[in-house]
Amino acid sequence: MNARKTTLARPADKRARTLVTPEGLVLPLVLAARAPRAAALMIDVMIVVFSLVIFQLLVVWVAGGLLDGTALDPAGMSGGALEFLGIVMALFVFCTWYGYFLVQELGPRGATLGKRMVGIRIAARRGARLTPEAVIARNLLRDIEIFYPIVALITLTIMAQQGQEIGILSAILTIWFALFLLFPFFNRDALRAGDIVAGTWVVERPKAQLASVLSVQGAAAGASNVTGVRYAFGEAELSVYGEKELQTLERVLRDSPAEALAATHKAICRKIGWEPGAGDERAFLEAFYAQLRARLEADMRFGKRKADKFS
Amino acid sequence: MKAPVISSWFGRGAVAAPPDIESAALRSDRFRLEREGDWRRLEAIVARMERGGLRRIADDDLIALPALYRTAASSLAVARETSLDAATLAYLEALVQRAWFQVYGPRYGFVRWLRGFFLGGWSRAVRALWLDICIALFVMVAGTIVGWLLVAEDEAWYYRLFPAGIGEARVPGASREQLLRSLAHDEGAAGLAGFAAQLFSNNSAVCILAFALGFAFGIPSLLLLVHNMALLGAMLWLFDGQGLVVELAAWLSVHGTTELFGILLSGAAGLHIGRAMAFPGPAAVLDAAAAAGRRAAVVMVGVVIMMVVAALLEAFPRQLVEDTGSRFVIGGTMLTFWLAYFCLYRPALQGLEDGG
Repeated sequence: MNARKTTLARPADKRARTLVTPEGLVLPLVLAARAPRAAALMIDVMIVVFSLVIFQLLVVWVAGGLLDGTALDPAGMSGGALEFLGIVMALFVFCTWYGYFLVQELGPRGATLGKRMVGIRIAARRGARLTPEAVIARNLLRDIEIFYPIVALITLTIMAQQGQEIGILSAILTIWFALFLLFPFFNRDALRAGDIVAGTWVVERPKAQLASVLSVQGAAAGASNVTGVRYAFGEAELSVYGEKELQTLERVLRDSPAEALAATHKAICRKIGWEPGAGDERAFLEAFYAQLRARLEADMRFGKRKADKFS
Repeated sequence: MKAPVISSWFGRGAVAAPPDIESAALRSDRFRLEREGDWRRLEAIVARMERGGLRRIADDDLIALPALYRTAASSLAVARETSLDAATLAYLEALVQRAWFQVYGPRYGFVRWLRGFFLGGWSRAVRALWLDICIALFVMVAGTIVGWLLVAEDEAWYYRLFPAGIGEARVPGASREQLLRSLAHDEGAAGLAGFAAQLFSNNSAVCILAFALGFAFGIPSLLLLVHNMALLGAMLWLFDGQGLVVELAAWLSVHGTTELFGILLSGAAGLHIGRAMAFPGPAAVLDAAAAAGRRAAVVMVGVVIMMVVAALLEAFPRQLVEDTGSRFVIGGTMLTFWLAYFCLYRPALQGLEDGG
């Protein structure tokens, strides 16, 4: 039963990787799932498209001003001014499209606005240093991975709807492009083609606040506030549970409602052979947690570890 | 007591002053309480670095960062062996990871990288691709010859390569005068700047495509090169029929020496990645592809710059300069410049660059 538990990995475990820092410390890393990555890309594309549309409207508005200046006579418009607007537009589109991703992913957060919103960032594989070359490489490939496939598919659909003959070549081309689009589904690390070429992957950004110290609160340090009882557990009672149960208890104490506390209290009392009372569950659990942890940590210092209640 | 200072840095009222260290019954909690101040200081520094700009961080903090990072890392190593407090372990893991990204993050931003790129990084990357450039050059020459031979064999190929638009003068059977007129400059400079901007977007898109297609073992990149050069071969054949091949070459050379060089480099960059994936050598396929991809990416940034230059040349000098000799001089100068920059410009490595 034990063995099966460890082999049946949860989805999050499948995405767990490790990173070895230059100090030789192994850090856990969680790869980003595909759905948040797609969502991040959509947010980014929407931001870029919206800013381009707004810019375009601005340019049209300026051009409208030019038209007004010539008393609404298009022939009298200055060719140079219009041309200048055209150049500004073309350069703006190019710089926005590539610059948006490049500059942000090279920044200290390693993420575009969309990636930040869904809580992911890019990193070099295997704990290497992220370089500007890698960021450039992964962004240059985005066009053939995402946009050419989508454009090809849409073109093909429209052609089919208009009853046009679809050549075998364009169908093959579309399938070929679609392969790029689906690339992250064909490898274990959910790498897209750009990630492979650049040597990067996308990971979740960890968010953890430092929680309070449990062992100095309430009955863990002394007597219960409610009843004034000082709970003390003997050797036999503390040897029932292991580290896994300790950490479950920690979670319960940190963020579970009162009903869960009562249920846990009852379960522990049954297990260690105490008569479960009522009304002072929190103090009981705090004291039990502190004493169980003290015992397990003392054993740990002598190299003795107890993974869970079965071991 | 450090606590009040720390919580004011943090800007969050939620951080309570840590309890008295002596009151902690557990040895592992005493360990945590003793080091908590350093951890929180590191967290505050990292948070400010993430928010952007090293400028807003005090010098003291910046100097302390590596030491604080190592403290947190060693705290984590010790805590893993002595503490069963899951929340503290999770916090430390997250903190060390965030700090690792800052301490071992990109060493410099885009602007600094661009400087190193112009001062040697670009030409070094191009030289590293010499074999791929030779292969791509061979393919391009072969493509031109194929284009010529195809059209010489059967004129119908010309229409297959260039689906003729209405009013297109450059078709088989056109007279010498019609062809010459297509090489002459347009009327004045009106519209040329816009033309240049359009050319640039178009050409750099083609180059990026050639590079990106290299991913499939480089074969699509080569096909793209062959196709583009076959067009050139067909065009050469057409003008040769009227004895205008020198004029055409001059007309093309103004921007073509830069543009074709750029296309050559992007094809070579694509091929470089494809070759690394097909023949990774002793490295793993993914590592070989990544190393090649980074080298090729540097070349590609250069190609985009070359396309800007080519578009400007195509729009202005080519349309404004009509004399065959002057056109050759401009094109030849550009070619010499690129060759000299890539082959002869070898500044010493300044130790800025990462090996890759």
